[in-house]
Amino acid sequence: MSTVAAIATPCAASGIGIIRISGEDALLIADRVFSPFSSGTKLCDMKGYSAAYGRVFSEGKPLDEAVALVFRAPKSYTGEDVVELSCHGSPFVLSQVLRAVLSAGAQPAPAGEFTKRAYLNGKLDLARAEAVMNIIGSQGEDARCAALNALDGALGKKTQAVRSVIVSAAANMSAWVDYPDEEIPELDRSTLAEAFSSCENELRTLLSGFDAGQAVLSGVDTVIAGRPNAGKSTLMNLLAGRELSIVTPFAGTTRDIVEQSVRVGNILLRLADTAGLRSTEDEVEKIGVGRAFERVGRAGLVLAVFDSAEPLNADDMRLAQLCAGKKAVAVINKTDLPPRADFEYIKAHFKYVAEISAFEDSGIDTLENAIEAVLGTENFDTSGALLTTERQRMCCEKAADCLNEAVDALSSGMTLDAVNVSCDGAIAALLELTGESVSETVVNEVFAQFCVGK
Amino acid sequence: MEYFAEKYDIAVIGAGHAGIEAGLAAARLGCKTAVFTINLDWVGNLPCNPSIGGTSKGHLVREIDALGGEMARAADATLIQMRMLNLGKGPAVHSPRAQIDRREYSKYMKHCLEAQENLDLRQAEIVALERGKDGDWLLKTKLEAVFSAGAVILATGTFLSGRVYVGDVSYESGPDGMFPAAQLSQSLRRLGIPLRRFKTGTPPRINRRSVDFSPLEAQQGDEHIVPFSFDDKPLPQNLAVCHITYTNAETKRIINENLDRSPLYAHKIEGVGPRYCPSIEDKIVRFADKERHQLFLEPCGLDTEEIYVQGLSSSMPEDVQLKIIHSITGLEHCKVMRTAYAIEYDCVDPLALSPSLEFQEISGLFGAGQFNGSSGYEEAAAQGLVAGINAALKLKGEDAFVLDRASSYIGTLIDDLVTKGCSDPYRMMTSRSEYRLILRQDNADFRLMDKGYALGLISEEKYNRFLEKKALVEQENRRVQKTVLAPCEQLNAVLEQNNTAPLATGAPLSELLRRPQLSYEVLAPFDKNRPDLPAEVFEQVEIGIKYEGYITRQQAAIDEMRRLEAKLIPEDTDFNLISGLRLEAREKLSRVRPRSVGQASRISGVTPADISVLLIYLARK
Repeated sequence: MSTVAAIATPCAASGIGIIRISGEDALLIADRVFSPFSSGTKLCDMKGYSAAYGRVFSEGKPLDEAVALVFRAPKSYTGEDVVELSCHGSPFVLSQVLRAVLSAGAQPAPAGEFTKRAYLNGKLDLARAEAVMNIIGSQGEDARCAALNALDGALGKKTQAVRSVIVSAAANMSAWVDYPDEEIPELDRSTLAEAFSSCENELRTLLSGFDAGQAVLSGVDTVIAGRPNAGKSTLMNLLAGRELSIVTPFAGTTRDIVEQSVRVGNILLRLADTAGLRSTEDEVEKIGVGRAFERVGRAGLVLAVFDSAEPLNADDMRLAQLCAGKKAVAVINKTDLPPRADFEYIKAHFKYVAEISAFEDSGIDTLENAIEAVLGTENFDTSGALLTTERQRMCCEKAADCLNEAVDALSSGMTLDAVNVSCDGAIAALLELTGESVSETVVNEVFAQFCVGK
Repeated sequence: MEYFAEKYDIAVIGAGHAGIEAGLAAARLGCKTAVFTINLDWVGNLPCNPSIGGTSKGHLVREIDALGGEMARAADATLIQMRMLNLGKGPAVHSPRAQIDRREYSKYMKHCLEAQENLDLRQAEIVALERGKDGDWLLKTKLEAVFSAGAVILATGTFLSGRVYVGDVSYESGPDGMFPAAQLSQSLRRLGIPLRRFKTGTPPRINRRSVDFSPLEAQQGDEHIVPFSFDDKPLPQNLAVCHITYTNAETKRIINENLDRSPLYAHKIEGVGPRYCPSIEDKIVRFADKERHQLFLEPCGLDTEEIYVQGLSSSMPEDVQLKIIHSITGLEHCKVMRTAYAIEYDCVDPLALSPSLEFQEISGLFGAGQFNGSSGYEEAAAQGLVAGINAALKLKGEDAFVLDRASSYIGTLIDDLVTKGCSDPYRMMTSRSEYRLILRQDNADFRLMDKGYALGLISEEKYNRFLEKKALVEQENRRVQKTVLAPCEQLNAVLEQNNTAPLATGAPLSELLRRPQLSYEVLAPFDKNRPDLPAEVFEQVEIGIKYEGYITRQQAAIDEMRRLEAKLIPEDTDFNLISGLRLEAREKLSRVRPRSVGQASRISGVTPADISVLLIYLARK
């Protein structure tokens, strides 16, 4: 494989920035741009896990002082020869150094390339590789913990435990079938069914944690909806203003309706651009709140804002009905004013209701609790096994469905050879989940999502 | 003095179950064929159990028949008891098994070879094999004749440098006291063939007159016999009875006390024995907490008093064997006719073979049967058939005949051998197949007969009968989908009797057949216009409907597998040049030389990550 290079740290001003070069010619290429202060030293001659202090040059001109770390295959992140140049963390300097490295013979690393190589060289299993991606993308402490945990293979251990129960049942069935002369007792159908049921439950628990895990790991697309003047923008400013560590601008992302992200508890909420809506308020009046309602349908979380000082109108009721079956919190605003809205109606339509006064800055804690409760993140266990990608979720679901089918087949009196087919299906799905058996499409899909640098 | 005897297209070394099928297939495909055997009186010998079939082995026999092999016909013609094993465990694992009259079977096979056009059966020990100047193989016999052949099939069984062990005693020998092939190994090594030692064993034979059957449970054959072959022949009859007895605490004590006298535990045998067919001392040691082991007393034929004691295979010294036998209920006073023994022999590491069973590096040389590291008559015959077909196709310049895992147990067996290799004698098992519900013994004809016919090994008559059956199955399938049963009191009573929901509205017959609790038989009184069809037609329809969901699932897995199987790896690929492959993967891939990405993914020691590297490499090429 060719030698690739990329900036391995975020593109923002910081103390240190790292350029990673990986591949057969990594040391050779690094030697072309880096010259250690102790004369005569060459990176090519250095052992793995050693460092040299020196200067990075481009066409004879010094660019920066840097420390070069040398890793020798296979003992490196990618499993290949790797040089990491730790430079000063100015985006401009880093891009100059990268350019020098590329003109010295390296190829630019496409998205996810380093982790892909690590996976291909057997340094990471698929679930761990995905966990790396999540660490890079994670934005909160819980997210980082959860991602690190997946890296440790908590998910791998969990699925392995489930798998070994199924494998052992399948082995028992096979022995019973293949050795009719050996007095192997017939497997008790209800014992088998119990074993499969408990495996299915384990997997369903994993599945039920998926949404919460997603919320913690990558945040939730959140829409603040409500009729004009209900206090949407005040609520947004309130949420944003409270949390000083706001706000990752998502410039250039495809989520065009996201203006800013705020943290509530440990969850990142990506708030929809109500400001945009506001500027076309007149039009909204005209065409109704159709567009806003459309967004409600797509959101991972809806904060439905109601004005407690006004009687509910048709739009309010429509919003309440739209939120049925969705993850939603009713936010009854302006509790500082005399109540005229039908609170009972709202409470009948929303499981979670928070009464706040944006004006008085009160009730925000209740709102936070309600949000965590509706997302299922209030008891989120960052040390447990967690499904972190849609691919993993689908494999897990397939395995759970297969087990369900096996239990059904057992209770309906199907012969064990048929039950065995479901067992095989569950085992295959779990192997695919951890990447121990894998098809071409899966590999490509996973690595297309990686960001550059790690 | 050495002399040139005769020129053949194909020479087969060995006339056991592999050699027979190889020779017959080659000759039937029009090649001038010679089959050499050390002892002409024991063509197709059954040196171990006098039975053919059993779990998954019965599948193999029916597949052999659907491809035009001989084993099923010979077994049907000479069987003395037939049973379908695993009834009640599901159609995927139903397996026919027959007790065989050993001498009759051998007689049948010998005559079959003698009568075969294009085939010469010769008693001769081949002592050397080398490549002649013109590229043909030269085979030298002990009596200094030289034969030549375009292709050679090695089917040497346990004869190749065979050595028998009974306790402290050991001597060079083939099975059943026959001469071993003591010299051939040397010239095989010169050809660069990686030989190794495997071992197998057989239990004692006893005289029926000395057995006390009164305390023993008898085991009869099935009332309704399903023959192995799809031929239209009169049904075989049950003519013999087996008996069941058990080892006990005393047996266990005798074995444990004398373990140091077992050549196996005294480490005198270097050969690796079959894990799946252990000797009694092995079973006692490895399953120490098991109270007893089941033994079957199987008659060796109708005109002999010899009885085979299945489950008592051993290489203990003769005096210990006698004590073991006499400790068993019913055998307290029995007379032993033949002593149990272990036999060690040379065989090849099958990773050296390609899926056609030709050596990867040695053109025109094929291996089959125990020589390839397998164990069992049926496994041997299956490989012999494929090797014979491929040797013939090779000489005709045609593409190799390769069965994939989804087509058959035969394909699974050969793929396992040449892809995963084996560390002990390979025995077929239903659990070796990932597509069990599709690879059933009852549909071997549906899966393979088209292929057998296309090869030219299935007669017009047999093929037409198959096409008729196929048409009847399709017709009946349509009928049960269309026939609607109206709810009525009697029907609902029957449904409830069988623990299944009564009908409120009319339902197609197929929907009722789908229910696991119901069968054709149960529904007969309500299915007024049912045509009179052969039982195997109803069977196909019923299984197809009942297991439809599972069959569809497995078919999807097969399609996925075949997609990876269709991603071919160019033959000249140098795996050592693919960077990113781990060292172990490079070694394994270079050794197995997989034909496709699918095959590569099944090699042990090759990880999914290696497969990804391979895919990327292939995509870039």
